Amino acid sequence: MTAYLLQGSGLSCIRDDRVLFSELNFQLNAGQILLLEGKNGSGKTSLLRILCGFREPDAGEVRWGDEAINDSAYYADMAYIGHLDGIKKELTVLENLKVSLALGVTGQYSISDALTKVHLHGYDEVLVQALSAGQKRRLSLARLLITHNVLWILDEPFTSLDKQGIALIESLMVEHCANGGMIVLTSHHDIDLHEVDVIRINLSTLQLR
Amino acid sequence: MTLSHAFFAIIRRDLVLALRRRAEIANPLLFFVLVITLFPLGIGAQPQLLQAIAAGIIWVSALLAAMLSLDSLFRSDFDDGCLEQILLSPHPTSILVLGKIVAHWLVTGLPLLIVAPLLAVFLGMPNHAIGILLLTLLLGTPVLSLIGAIGVALTVGLRRGGMILSLLVLPLYVPVLIFASNAVEMASSGLPVNAQINILCSILIMSLVLAPWPTAAALKMSLN
Repeated sequence: MTAYLLQGSGLSCIRDDRVLFSELNFQLNAGQILLLEGKNGSGKTSLLRILCGFREPDAGEVRWGDEAINDSAYYADMAYIGHLDGIKKELTVLENLKVSLALGVTGQYSISDALTKVHLHGYDEVLVQALSAGQKRRLSLARLLITHNVLWILDEPFTSLDKQGIALIESLMVEHCANGGMIVLTSHHDIDLHEVDVIRINLSTLQLR
Repeated sequence: MTLSHAFFAIIRRDLVLALRRRAEIANPLLFFVLVITLFPLGIGAQPQLLQAIAAGIIWVSALLAAMLSLDSLFRSDFDDGCLEQILLSPHPTSILVLGKIVAHWLVTGLPLLIVAPLLAVFLGMPNHAIGILLLTLLLGTPVLSLIGAIGVALTVGLRRGGMILSLLVLPLYVPVLIFASNAVEMASSGLPVNAQINILCSILIMSLVLAPWPTAAALKMSLN
């Protein structure tokens, strides 16, 4: 088994003549969580989008193992959940997950197991537009379980989740890290992750230097 | 999952979505039928004139109907984040995008083919030309979807990309319009149309092979 490693070196991001961050270096090993903190507009989402390859960094590069990230080997190992859920509201829960599964690599959980895990068991045939915001969030998180991923990139994963939902996602994250996965996330909530190595980067203070 | 599995899953998904939002299928088709039926009313009782311009009317209407339907190709996926997920798939984006284009053609192009013979009879097109009309539509409408996809991919990130989209895409539609309507006209006069059909075939094959790449690249740019 190869040791996974996500590395950012000398990353900077400039938006509308404003330097959001520059010379940002980090290294994330298997089993670790990278928690991005910072004020609104400090560049958390921009950094995540750079890690996804949606956005080119204005300087520096991101490497996955030994390779730069824009190849399909990286995309087979990562999953991203952003502000947008990425689920179709006219499709049923099951249809949405089947499409995600077809687009990705089959993972450790079957669709029904994953739905049970995120407490959406029995909602298979329900149209997504009938779900609440929190249920939609949990459905998009179920996508992480049915496909094979090492790296989870989560942008505010706790938005619109209730207390149990947050605890559920935290336990899934701990489990993922225990299995050798790694997570990059942004969050305004105080997260409670025991026994996991959490690296914190605060983009607001980085900016002041 | 394999690439072909992903390709067909995308087509299947888009067809199911189209079935659940029927207005999307009905709109371009209704537009096509309405525009064509308005021409005889506007021109008046001049069957010869109508017969002479029938091929042009049908093809121009098909072009405009295709334009009208283009925006729906990536809009909803862009708005709800599904496009991000498609781009993050380990499968090549161009093939997945081709799946979306195929589904789009099945939903918006194929229905035109089905109603076109009826409208051709309305306009007094000779029977032996109707077969050629169908052939040109079969070869030409996929090209409209394929080329249109590049334009939509470039403009999907703009809030009001409609005008730019038509400026971008319509000039590229012109060759298809010229050869297709010319073929139908020639066929009406009983002349051979092999050359035009060959050219349409080659345009189709070329756009089938070449269009998905710039579309995928443009989508990536639009997400930036």
